[in-house]
Amino acid sequence: MIPTSFEYKNAGSVADAIGMLGDDGQILGGGQSLIPALKLRLNSPGVLVDISKVDAIKGISDNEKSITVGGGATHASIASNADLDSAAPMLVQAAREIGDIQVRNRGTIGGSIAHADPAADWPAVLLASDANVMIQNKDGKRTVDIDQFFKGFYETALEEGEVITGISIPKSGFNKNSAYAKFKQPASRFAIVGCAAAVDIDGGVVKEARVAMTGVSECAYRVTAVEKALVGKALTAENIEAAVGDVTEGRDVMSDHYASEKYRTHLASVYAKRALKKLL
Amino acid sequence: MTKYIGKSIKRVEDKRFITGQGSYTDDIKIPNMTHAYILRSPYAHANINSIDTTAAAEADGVVAIFTGSDIPEAIAGVPCGWQVDFKNGDTMKEPPHPLLCRTKVRHVGDGIAIVIANTKTQAKDASELIEVDYDILDAVTCPKKAAEEGAPLVHNDVPNNMAFDWELGNPKEEVSAAMATASHVTELDFINQRMVPNAMEPRSAIGLYDTAYDKYTLYTSTQNPHLIRLLMCAFVLGIPEHKVRVVGPDVGGGFGSKIFHYVEEALVIWASKEIGRPIKWTSDRSEAFLTDAHGRDHITNAKMGFDADGKIVALQAYTYANMGGYLSTFAPAVPTYLHGTLLQGLYTTPKINVDVKAMFTHTNAVDAYRGAGRPEATYLLERLLDLAALEMNTDPAELRMKNFIPAFDGVEQEGYVTQVALQYDSGNYEPVLKRALEMVGYEAFREEQAAQSNGKLLGIGFSTYIEACGIAPSAVVGALGARAGLFESAQVRVQPTGKVSVYTGSHSHGQGHETTFAQVVADRMGIPLEDVDIIHGDSDSVAFGMGTYGSRSLAVGGSAIVKSVDKVLEKGAKIAAHLLEASADDLEYAEGKWTVKGTDKSVGFGDVSLTAYVPHNYPEGLEPGLDMNAFYDPANFTYPFGAHIAIVEIDKETGHVKLKRFIAVDDVGNVINPMIVDGQIHGGLAQGIGQAMLEGAQYDDTGQLINGSYMDYCMPRADDFPSFEIDRTVTPCPHNPLGVKGAGEAGAIGSTPAVVNAVVDALWKGGFKVKDVPMPMTPERVWNAMQS
Ligand SMILES: Cc1cc2nc3c(=O)[nH]c(=O)nc-3n(C[C@H](O)[C@H](O)[C@H](O)COP(=O)(O)OP(=O)(O)OC[C@H]3O[C@@H](n4cnc5c(N)ncnc54)[C@H](O)[C@@H]3O)c2cc1C
Repeated sequence: MIPTSFEYKNAGSVADAIGMLGDDGQILGGGQSLIPALKLRLNSPGVLVDISKVDAIKGISDNEKSITVGGGATHASIASNADLDSAAPMLVQAAREIGDIQVRNRGTIGGSIAHADPAADWPAVLLASDANVMIQNKDGKRTVDIDQFFKGFYETALEEGEVITGISIPKSGFNKNSAYAKFKQPASRFAIVGCAAAVDIDGGVVKEARVAMTGVSECAYRVTAVEKALVGKALTAENIEAAVGDVTEGRDVMSDHYASEKYRTHLASVYAKRALKKLL
Repeated sequence: MTKYIGKSIKRVEDKRFITGQGSYTDDIKIPNMTHAYILRSPYAHANINSIDTTAAAEADGVVAIFTGSDIPEAIAGVPCGWQVDFKNGDTMKEPPHPLLCRTKVRHVGDGIAIVIANTKTQAKDASELIEVDYDILDAVTCPKKAAEEGAPLVHNDVPNNMAFDWELGNPKEEVSAAMATASHVTELDFINQRMVPNAMEPRSAIGLYDTAYDKYTLYTSTQNPHLIRLLMCAFVLGIPEHKVRVVGPDVGGGFGSKIFHYVEEALVIWASKEIGRPIKWTSDRSEAFLTDAHGRDHITNAKMGFDADGKIVALQAYTYANMGGYLSTFAPAVPTYLHGTLLQGLYTTPKINVDVKAMFTHTNAVDAYRGAGRPEATYLLERLLDLAALEMNTDPAELRMKNFIPAFDGVEQEGYVTQVALQYDSGNYEPVLKRALEMVGYEAFREEQAAQSNGKLLGIGFSTYIEACGIAPSAVVGALGARAGLFESAQVRVQPTGKVSVYTGSHSHGQGHETTFAQVVADRMGIPLEDVDIIHGDSDSVAFGMGTYGSRSLAVGGSAIVKSVDKVLEKGAKIAAHLLEASADDLEYAEGKWTVKGTDKSVGFGDVSLTAYVPHNYPEGLEPGLDMNAFYDPANFTYPFGAHIAIVEIDKETGHVKLKRFIAVDDVGNVINPMIVDGQIHGGLAQGIGQAMLEGAQYDDTGQLINGSYMDYCMPRADDFPSFEIDRTVTPCPHNPLGVKGAGEAGAIGSTPAVVNAVVDALWKGGFKVKDVPMPMTPERVWNAMQS
């Protein structure tokens, strides 16, 4: 398990990191996806630019209307963050269920969404949270709406030479009332299916709902049919049962040796219901 | 006299392990050492047209590259250590297992070339420049399909891919006649899936040729250094044995996979002389998945017949055993003499027949893995019994009680002679099951199960097992095809100051020998534990050894130590008698001194040992020194047994199984260190339950191992288990001096069927009358069982 040789550079700031990338460079976050790929020689960049010591993007800060989670914030730091626990509990719930302690201590949210593994937890959670992804490149900064971020199998809106500096989570009614439920692949503990549900309730009925799935197909997606079916109704077990039909409609459902297409389709509905029922 | 035996003494070796001071093969650095990387076949079955190493040979740091054609024809390959012939008398098919493939590859991971360079990275980089031209051929991975007409042949000269077919027990006609009288017959088809051993330390080997002494040293991560030396010298390289030293330093787990003589060991030794420099090879984890010998992999059909009272009247079993592409060291013994011979179980079954076909396939070799054959036998019997209880609507615990062999101690009562070639040493089976039922609260559980109504299904599963360990009486195994003896050696060297160095052939790689063996010696000699040092693993210091496997270390290696200690004490008594001016017969030995019976005249152990080495005032005719060795060949196997109970809860919506409780009551004979035995049981349970629920190698039809990494191959972790509830009964072994039976494999042997039985029980109680859920019982497989 020896990678091909590469040059290692330690960045002091994001701008620094972008400058160091060159033609053949790659950002190293927590290394929890990249290092295994290097060791298996599936990937062989000439330069690794380590951003794990860039403090400016590691924090979690509470702004008035939103919470900014640094692109370099570890899963563990999110799992133990009290502000997020009250503003968007699904983030904390998801962070706690990622991999194992070592993975959570090293792996970062920015690295996870940049990598965009179809079975990763963050994509569903961030889709449900209506997040914005803050990106920096050599020309400056830009923000991408999370609904435009995930493009396909390991594919995102991120361009070459860009760094995710943060993720902004609105302090909304639906985020405050949110939950994540996940059925784990027993070996890796990635999601076979995961569902993030965020529901704003006003006057006893659902005002807004955001429900997103991961693990099901090439990338995470929102289940708008369920969201629509819930709006205007009381959030009850019966209404959840009625609203959640086939949550994989129109998707190319994955199949592997832990879950066939049929079983995964079934689990997706079960976990959509379980996530929503956590809010009862 | 037992100051230490029976006490949970903390393991003396742990200090070095948990402070990172263990010294494993890969930690060893030798001046001028090179590093090897082995280029392996990415295909399961292919002809090699050509191998072009030109570019690789010129790469940075490369010292040498060898392919199969560079190795002299005389070095045919690594041997198999056990011969099981066809039942018609034909000789076992034993095609060569070359150190590197010459013309054909037979499994993914088969070695193509060894690249030797100054660093491991250089060796690996260079290996990517080797061009191999393959003609890819069809592969067969399933042992049953391998036997079919027209299946791709693994070895052209082995028709039908069959290494041998074998049968044991009563004639088939007698068994079917008995079966015909049954009022109920339970039949089950099942797969005991292939397991990857996954020792924490990957295999590693260093070959060193010393021109000054014309001597070789092999450091290797092995369970039995002497056996490796014997096999490698006599059967592979033709090097005189006294010119080779084999050292198995600290070894990070084996579970069977490090018993065998692997091609890499012979390769680094051979190549080290060729290049005149030491060579280190260390497997990486991906290689370990592909090349450490795997375990299990049986496809079985079995039938058990019962009379109207529920007494078993007959058992018939047919098994296809996967050997992989080559016969590994002990592979033929596993599905035969370690499996078929155990099909009596704890029961009085009067007619038993077992039929085994050992098949070559395009997969990695299969050999002994914790339990080796005995887990497969237990699985077969115990699955049939619980299923029969469900089918006959009777209680599975009562069904077992009804069929248990009555108690016998092997002293007053004869050992029990089975229908399948063994004589059990001593046994008392009801108490283990009764104790387990008491611990589980059986009646209360059945009430809770009947009342369950929360969308979950509760189930309970049983397994009452027996195993044969303390391997093994040499003459017996010799008659059964073993090409080695299975005795053990020990040497007890008393230093002039009375401190004791014990040399044992039982290698320790997790078992805690440095502690338990010292407990035995210290008690028997009446000296402090700290005065005893246990030395193992180096063929230059330990006289001989057959190694550690088959739960044999204490029963066989420990017995050899006891014999040596007794020889020391016998000689010591002669010296003491001389010093005390008494007759040796009038002395008694206790607490480290010899006393003239009925007097207060005594002499201490230290004075005697000093006298032995400073023999100024010394018995006439007695040799100086106090250093005795002994070889112990056991009179029989030992037969531990036990009762395991699993309680599971199934999530009906997802098929997810939660193991709620696991109860294990084992009888491993006398116990030297309860903490270590508990640890062995816990580890075994984790492996056995892991097989039931999580683990299993999966080859696709082209012979690719599709779950060869920890992201896909699910190793059990602590949070997959409840806290184990364990207890013991003690039925001493009547034929070895310590009365011990062995505890290393029990957990892995008993536990697997208990868990599967619990899931099947839960499903039946929930209205899903399935016979089997294939292992590992992934959520999808359990869910599928509920879709019928
Ligand atoms: C055993 C194990 C179990 C796991 N289980 C889970 C699980 O249950 N759920 C789950 O969701 N994930 C799981 N993961 C993946 C884990 O969450 C990774 O941390 C994550 O996918 C990558 O984050 P990282 O910081 O480690 O990124 P790295 O591995 O360092 O990088 C991944 C990719 O992202 C790029 N990158 C990294 N940071 C940035 C940035 N700030 N801006 C732009 N690009 C960046 C890198 O160049 C690389 O292409 C598991 C991983 C392991 C090893």
